[in-house]
Formats: sequence, C-alpha cells, structure tokens
Amino acid sequence: MSSVITRVKQKQIAQLIAKGKRLDGRGLTDYREIKVEQGIIERAEGSARVLLGRTEVLVGTKIEIGEPFLDTPNAGVLTVNAELVPLASSTFEPGPPDENSIELARIVDRGIRESKAIDLEKLCIEAGKRVFVVFVDVYVLNHDGNLIDASALAALGALLNTKMPKYEIEEGEVKIKPVYAPLPLRRRPITVTFAKISDQLVVDPWLEEEQVMDARLTVAIDDDGNMCAMQKGGSGYFVAKQVLEAAKVAREKAEEIRKRLEW
Amino acid sequence: MSQKAERLIDKKGLRLDGRKPDELRPVKIEVGVLSNADGSAYIEQGKNKILAAVYGPRELHPKHMALSDRTVLRCRYHMAPFSVQERKSPAPSRREVELSKVIREALEPSIFLEYYPRTGVDIFIEVLQADGGTRGASITAASLALADAGIPMRDLVAACAAGKVEDTIVLDLMDEEDKAGIADVPLALMPNLNAITLLQMDGILTLEEFESAVNLAIDGCRRIYALQKEALKAKYVSVKEVEE
Repeated sequence: MSSVITRVKQKQIAQLIAKGKRLDGRGLTDYREIKVEQGIIERAEGSARVLLGRTEVLVGTKIEIGEPFLDTPNAGVLTVNAELVPLASSTFEPGPPDENSIELARIVDRGIRESKAIDLEKLCIEAGKRVFVVFVDVYVLNHDGNLIDASALAALGALLNTKMPKYEIEEGEVKIKPVYAPLPLRRRPITVTFAKISDQLVVDPWLEEEQVMDARLTVAIDDDGNMCAMQKGGSGYFVAKQVLEAAKVAREKAEEIRKRLEW
Repeated sequence: MSQKAERLIDKKGLRLDGRKPDELRPVKIEVGVLSNADGSAYIEQGKNKILAAVYGPRELHPKHMALSDRTVLRCRYHMAPFSVQERKSPAPSRREVELSKVIREALEPSIFLEYYPRTGVDIFIEVLQADGGTRGASITAASLALADAGIPMRDLVAACAAGKVEDTIVLDLMDEEDKAGIADVPLALMPNLNAITLLQMDGILTLEEFESAVNLAIDGCRRIYALQKEALKAKYVSVKEVEE
C-alpha cells in the first residue's frame, strides 16, 4: 500500500522524528484535527463520517433479522466489514476484501466486541431462532493514513447514532413497527494507533509517516481507561518498554478524544 | 467469551489441566518432518498439533509481485476442517486471513529478506488440531521451518500467550481458558534482541494487569526458545548418527 514518495522526504520525516518533531508540525503524541458528522445517511439505521486530517471514513449501520450463532443462542450478532473503495486512494483496487481491509475490519470489530459495547442480549428476539444482526460497514473515502482510528471512531459514531426498530410477534411472524429506540450501547471504546519511526512512537501517523514506519501498534481503551484490544502490525518490532509506554499514552489520548467529542 | 459455571481455577490455584498459573503446557517439537519442503517443523503444545513448511527462496509466481531489493515473504495459516469441534469450512475465513498476515509480520523482522532479491519464500501452516494459542504455536514452528530451510535469520521467533482467567494472570491459555477467560495476550519474541514481533490482545485488562501479562508471555517465549534450540540441534545430531 505504498505510493511513491521521494527518499528525501522519507529521510526528512525519520530524521525529524528522531529529534522529537514532525514534518506537519505536530508533537509526537498529537492527533490531527478530528471532525465528526452523524446521521448523514438517512436510509442507514445509523451513520457517521469522520475526518481525521485528510483521512475520511464513512460508517453506516444496518439492522436486520437473522439467526444467532449456535454457541450464543440468546445474543444478537455484530458483523463488521471494511471496504477500501478504489476512489479513496490510487493504491486501492476493486475486488474482494484483501488482508488489509480484513485486518482493519477485525480490529474495529475487536474493540467493539471485547469492550462489550453493544448489549447483544437485548438484540435477541427468540432464543436460538431469531435475533437482530447489526451490520457495521466501514467505507474508507480518502486514505491519508491511520485508517484504524478513523474507522473505529466512525464506527462508534455510527453506533451512537443507530436506532433499533421495535417489533411485535404476530402468529409466529416478527412484525417490525415504524417506531425506534436507541441501540443498547453500554461502552464506548476508542482506539489509539502508534507508528514506530526512528525508534520513537508517534500517535496518529499520516500516510507518508506510515510509509516510513517500522511497525504499528493499536490500543483500544474502554470508558474506564482499561485496555480492551490491541494489535501490532507491520514488519518491524517493539521492545517491551515501548509497548507499556504505548498503553499508557493510549489511555491519556483516548480520554482526550472522549472529552473533545463528548462521547 | 461467555461465562461458564465450572471454575477454571480451583481453590489451590491450579488450572483445569492441573497446571500452575505460570506453567506452559507440554511442548513437543520436531524439525525436518516433511521431505518435499525446503524446511519444516511440527509442534504439539497441549492438544495443538501444527505442521509448518517453508518453500524457497524460489522463483515467485505471479512474477510481477517480485521485488528487486528483497525476497517476498508469504504466509498461509490454515485450519484443517477436522481441527475443531464444529467442522470448519476449508475455505479461508477472515480470521485465517488476518492470522496469516500477523504471523507473516511476526516472522519478517527475523529474516534477512535483502539476501534473496526477486524471489519468494512461502510459509505454509496447517493446524491439524486446535487447542487455543494456535497462532503462537504456529509462529514457533514456522520460525524453525525457516531455520531448517537454511534461510539466514537474526534470531528464532518464539511465541506464547498470557492472559487473565478469573482473577489470575496465566501463561499459555488452552481452549477452555481462551473461550471463558477474561483476556488473551498473544506475543512473539526474538529473545536475543528483546524484540516483540507479534502483539495482540482481546478482553479487558488494566494497565497493571497488561504489564504482568506481557512480562509473563515474554518469560514463556524464552522457555519455548530453549525448546526450539533443542529441537533444531536434535535434527542434526540424529543426522550425524546415521552417517557414522
């Protein structure tokens, strides 16, 4: 997933970070500007568009009736899918999801699932037979780095905005009523992603930093400041000290974002 | 991760299979088990049974994937349909695609990729039986298969998970603990370089618990590393005996 940027610029990015500075003027643990718009797709049960600098992600949620998993007959189903649509970057191609989009979807999924954000048991209609399925579809519209945090924020924004249809059971048939309640959302997980460049950790890497980074680390933090998911990516490595430092910084950053967005 | 009625840790602090919290499951490793592959290894860790094979460096197909300055490392993690309780469809699941990626990224830092430009190295991992912690055991075996194939490496990669079961931080979670436990932290390490090459987590942990889990997992990796070295040496010792 790398477009051509000059070696000179790559070197400059790495050298600046070694000195604790970044090419775009941010501090090592600063996020780019975050803008969130909710409820912009009327046909979706919930939606949110997140701008993280120039990275843009739209998430729409749909709720349908489906079957529960065999091992959780009393729980609704959460499904997260991510599309790296070709209009978002010259490096994205049409076709079935590749490992990058699958990984992206699974990291977003893990944050929501492991923090038990959605009260899935409240989505059960008839145990073992019918439950509500929540589809979270992540649509990347413009790729300028850190798709994980932008997607996780947009997913949370969309879930906060999601309405659940009410229903009646008539003669064994589920009848959906045109009345809605909010989705039973208990937790609000926030992910914080780091890139390791010049042996330093930088928060919220933009695209050109991602092209220079040795490795990537994402930490998801729940409302209590506990960790609920983590994922290392990229072909480099971290030392234990960096991992623990990342966990600590992630907690502060998540708190900051939570305050800024009032989530 | 649903809660089960049965206790995962008894009053004496022992686990379902009688292990102490910081104890590994029995591990058996064998190197050079497949004659067609350039390198191979087999690992049993608890009830996990996993085969890893390496082919390459060899000509890469499709050719346009080749890189002029290094070899292309590819990895396929795959579970046999009979490896789990409910039959798993042999088509690659999203989980398998993700694990193939993170396993590749866990092994990549250990290899001198630049030694073999315009070629490819393929790692094939087949989980014959799964018992929790398959990605870790897969990395442990695949790293040995790479060494067995004679690929120049900075260090072996050893992997092990730690996690939280009930109120205890434990090492090397087995299937029941993985499913009903609170959290799971798989980790891979190049022990001589103190380099963490795979790190994932799911479940809920405080910062302090996370720190103890990471330290315990690193400790587990070091113990597995010793077993890896033993297994690698064992292959060549046995070759020598045949020659004499």
